[in-house]
Formats: sequence, structure tokens, C-alpha cells
Amino acid sequence: MPEFKKFFRVLLGLGAVIIACQTSPFCQAQPVKTQAPENPPFKEIFQKGFRSQGIASIDRLTQDANQIFCSDPRRAQSAAGMKEARMIEQRNLESIKAPTDGVYLGDWRNGEKIAQSGRGLTWSDVPETPVGGGCYNCHQIDEHEIAYGNLGPSLWHYGKNRGSSKEVLIYTWNRISNAKAYNACSQMPRFAHSQILTEKQIQDLMALLLDPNSAVNQ
Amino acid sequence: MSDPMRIRATEKDGIVDVKILMKHDMETGLRKDASGQAIPAWFITHLYVKAQNKEVFRAHFGSAVSKDPFLNFKYRGAKGDQLMVHWTDTKGDERADEALVV
Amino acid sequence: MNIRSKLRRVALGVSLCGSFLSVCAQTPNEEIAKYREMLADGNPAELYEMAGEDLWKTPAGPKYTSLQACDLGLGAGVVDGAAARLPRYFADTQRVQDLESRLMTCMESLQGIPEANVVNANFGEGSKKTIAALVAYIVAHSKGMKIHVSGAHPEEKRMYALGKEAFFYQSGPYDFACASCHSADGKRIRLQDLPNLLTRSGASFAWGSWPAYRVSNGEFWTMQQRLNDCLRQQRMPYLVYGSDLSIALSMFLAKNANGGEMLAPGLKR
Repeated sequence: MPEFKKFFRVLLGLGAVIIACQTSPFCQAQPVKTQAPENPPFKEIFQKGFRSQGIASIDRLTQDANQIFCSDPRRAQSAAGMKEARMIEQRNLESIKAPTDGVYLGDWRNGEKIAQSGRGLTWSDVPETPVGGGCYNCHQIDEHEIAYGNLGPSLWHYGKNRGSSKEVLIYTWNRISNAKAYNACSQMPRFAHSQILTEKQIQDLMALLLDPNSAVNQ
Repeated sequence: MSDPMRIRATEKDGIVDVKILMKHDMETGLRKDASGQAIPAWFITHLYVKAQNKEVFRAHFGSAVSKDPFLNFKYRGAKGDQLMVHWTDTKGDERADEALVV
Repeated sequence: MNIRSKLRRVALGVSLCGSFLSVCAQTPNEEIAKYREMLADGNPAELYEMAGEDLWKTPAGPKYTSLQACDLGLGAGVVDGAAARLPRYFADTQRVQDLESRLMTCMESLQGIPEANVVNANFGEGSKKTIAALVAYIVAHSKGMKIHVSGAHPEEKRMYALGKEAFFYQSGPYDFACASCHSADGKRIRLQDLPNLLTRSGASFAWGSWPAYRVSNGEFWTMQQRLNDCLRQQRMPYLVYGSDLSIALSMFLAKNANGGEMLAPGLKR
């Protein structure tokens, strides 16, 4: 029964596409017209939907090139988009500043405090609110802390597994400073680039991950 | 002027199951507001429940009872019992609400 | 069983269940689910429902009228099932509205209370407190029903598309969009599960369980308040209450949630 076999194969193929689509977040809803930034109706509604409050000004709605690119998942996943992503990553990498005092590792105990704190930068915070890294929101770090998220990979034994060569130090410094240097649409905020954390805070986080004495590497 | 309580009471095999939801801030006096000032204590201290004017439950609440307290207890009673729940708080406010056992 | 063997059993149970990597089924999530079940019996949201019923039926405002003639989409005064069908297009206002913006419309047209009064009030105070109670009452009258948002009207389609675009819009110091946390299965922030809002089960869990009483702060939060706080945590500015943006996001969530169950008024940590 050749026709039946053919039909069945087509069905299987269709089924595979449908299953593949179901697992991709971008296949879920109806197709949307252009996501171009200059789409007036959307921009207008978006602007009018917010007001400045506390330290969160309406300026936060202005997107940079990286954000514009990643707001359009279809564009980001296309062939042209993949090329653009490489360029964005390159630009991000080139913009990262090495520590001004040349020191990569700070105080790991302080690093743990910074990783635990998810405070700062919201409209209910004041400028004096100490800003935390919120790292446990997404990562497992010290395995004794069971309240951790899973949006990012586990960092338990980070330094133990990688050692502390110059390459590892620079790579880790870059990842925290501007994670989008390695993955254009990484979900991780650009902690140095967006001026979320200070250099000293990042040095302390580095120590949390890479200091052989850190609890993370025991 | 406080908000009404929600009282549900059902009888089965001679036991009445009473569930009471009260609206009350139940401030412990230990919390601080945004400016660092302690919010004054204000919580229910006494509560009693009567079925047809006969007391079936009495309680002394302290500051450890949470906001919008939920109370659940059982007593020997019957359908049609007329319940009256009464509480008093640290400010001297009182509230009484009634319900019928079904 | 004598006390010694009882203690032995307890000690064994504690040592087995005490370790994080244990043979017991009591994961943190399961413990939290058990706790929620115990609390659900006395959900303080019911107190808001009672207050809301009063507010719906009592005359108020400069026009001294009740809200009983308010049309929430199923006809004047019809409360049963209305919340399950919102947001929707309304011919009289010529726009898509969610429950809260529709209540503001009714409060203004029937009672003479200006929308601005509600928009400008702080959450949990004054007119916003009134709306919260009304929301609890109306949503309770859709409890257990299926979420049934049409999305057929051109304006509803437009709002859905806008909501979707907003969902993926990255900005602010963290580069966050809703999609950053809510577009994949099995994710959580700390120990808080993050529903995948692009799937029906995720969207219906989120859309169907708000408004809810939050045990951690003892407050009853409406959907608008929940969306506002989500965006606050994304480090975005303040979401304007009842804005087209807030309704577009609601339209996107509700339509994705279609067929799911209305669990609200819910109970949250």
C-alpha cells in the first residue's frame, strides 16, 4: 500500500514539526505583524502605559541595540539574526573594562552577601538602597543555600572545577560584567555595563566563585 | 468601624464544626514603617462564642496571632443553634456577629 | 508503642527527612503546597468578597446609585460568569476592557466617581480598596468556571498583538522582558515557580489564580496590582493603572489561558 505509507510518513513528519513547535516558545501564539521599533501604535501605547516613579524614570523604556534585537525572537533566531548576534557579542566584549586596580578577586564572604541580596534599582527603592546581585534568584551557588533558582546553571564548585588561570579569571569577569559578550540574548543582566554593581562588588563575587577558600569551592 | 466576620458552622453527628474568619490588622507592635517608626500594637485580646447565650468557646489571643485570623473549633451542638461571636481588641474596640448552625 | 520506640521512629524520620537529598517525598514545593491547602479553608479573600457584595449593592458617589446596573459584558447587573470572559470589547466605550477598568467605567457613569480618583489612589487605599473588594466579589462569581475569552473582535486581536509585543519587550537596567522569566517550562526564581505564560497551562495558572490574598503581607491584590509589581521587580517604571498597556498584557495572558479554570480569589504566599 504505497499511498498509505506515503500518507503516514507525511503525517509523522507533520507530527514531528508540531511537536517541535510546541516546545519552542516562539510558536505558541498567533503570528504578529512587524516587530520593527518604529511601529507607532505599539510605542505610543507602551509609553503611555508607564510613568516615572521614584528612581525608575520613563527613560528606562528606551531600548539599546542589544535589547531591540533580543525583543524580537523571530529575528534573533533567523539566519541573518544569528550573524547580527555575533556582532552584538563582539561589541559587548570590546566594551568590557578590566578591573582598574588589576585585582580580580576580592572578599568571598562579602561576595556571598551580594549574591544573596536581590535589592535595589526598583521604583520602591531609594538611591541609597544598597544594590545586590540577586544571583541566587537564578543560580545555585553555595550548595548549603537551598533557596536558589534554576534560570541559570549551578555555580557550585565553580573555581574547583575550572582552576584560576588568567583565562578563567578574565572569562568570569567578563561574564559578570557583560554576559551578552558570550550570548547576545542571555537572560543575565549586564552587571557592569548597566552600572548595577560596582567594580568592588564584582571583585567580591569573583572571589565567591574562584577563591579556593570560598565556601563554594569546598 | 470594623468589618464583619465570616462565620460558617455545620453540624454532623452531634458535633458542630465552627469556622470563623475575622478582619483585623493584628499589629504586634514590633513592625516598623518605612521611616523606621514602630507601628503601634493593635490586636484582638479576647474572643468568646455563645450558642443560644451559653458560652461554648473562649480564647485569649496574643500578638502572635496573624493578621485576618482564622479560627476553627468544634463543640457539641445541634442544627439551628444560634451562634454569637464576640471579640475585643487592645484599643477597646469590639465586634459581635451572628450565624446559624446548618 | 512505648515512648522509646516512638522517639526512635521520630529520630529516624527526622534524620531521613532532615537532609536535603532525602528519600522522603517532602520537597520544599510539596511542603508549601500542603501549607497552602491548610490555609485555603480560611482564605481571607472571602472577607473582601463580603465587603465587595456590600459595595456592589449599596448606593454611593455624587449620583448616590448602586452598581447593580453595571454591565460587565453579560448584561446589566449580571455578575455570574462575567469575570471569566474578561477582557473583552465593549461597544459603549469602544475599547477592550479588563474587570478593573470596566468597574471604573461603571463607577463613573453610574455613581459619578471620576476614573482619575481611582487611578490616583494608592493600592489598598480609598477607591482602590473599593475596587479590590468589588473585584473579589465579582471574580468569586466565576470561580470554577472555564476561562472563556473570545478574542474575535478586531480590537481584541489588536490588543492581543500589542500584549504579545509588550511581553517580549526588553528594556531597563536588567534587560528584562516578561519573556525573560516566563517563556519556558520548569523554571523558578529562588523557590518560586515561574509559570510559562506562553502555554495554556502556565497562563491559566497565572491568570486564573489572581486576584488573590497574599499571606506574606496580608493584602488582597488584584490583577492590575500584580502586573504592576511584576514590572517593578523587572526594574521598569510604574505601570499606569487601567492603561491600554495593562489591558493589552491582560488580553494576552487571558487568551493564552483560555479553557483553563478560574481559581480566583486565590491564596498566595
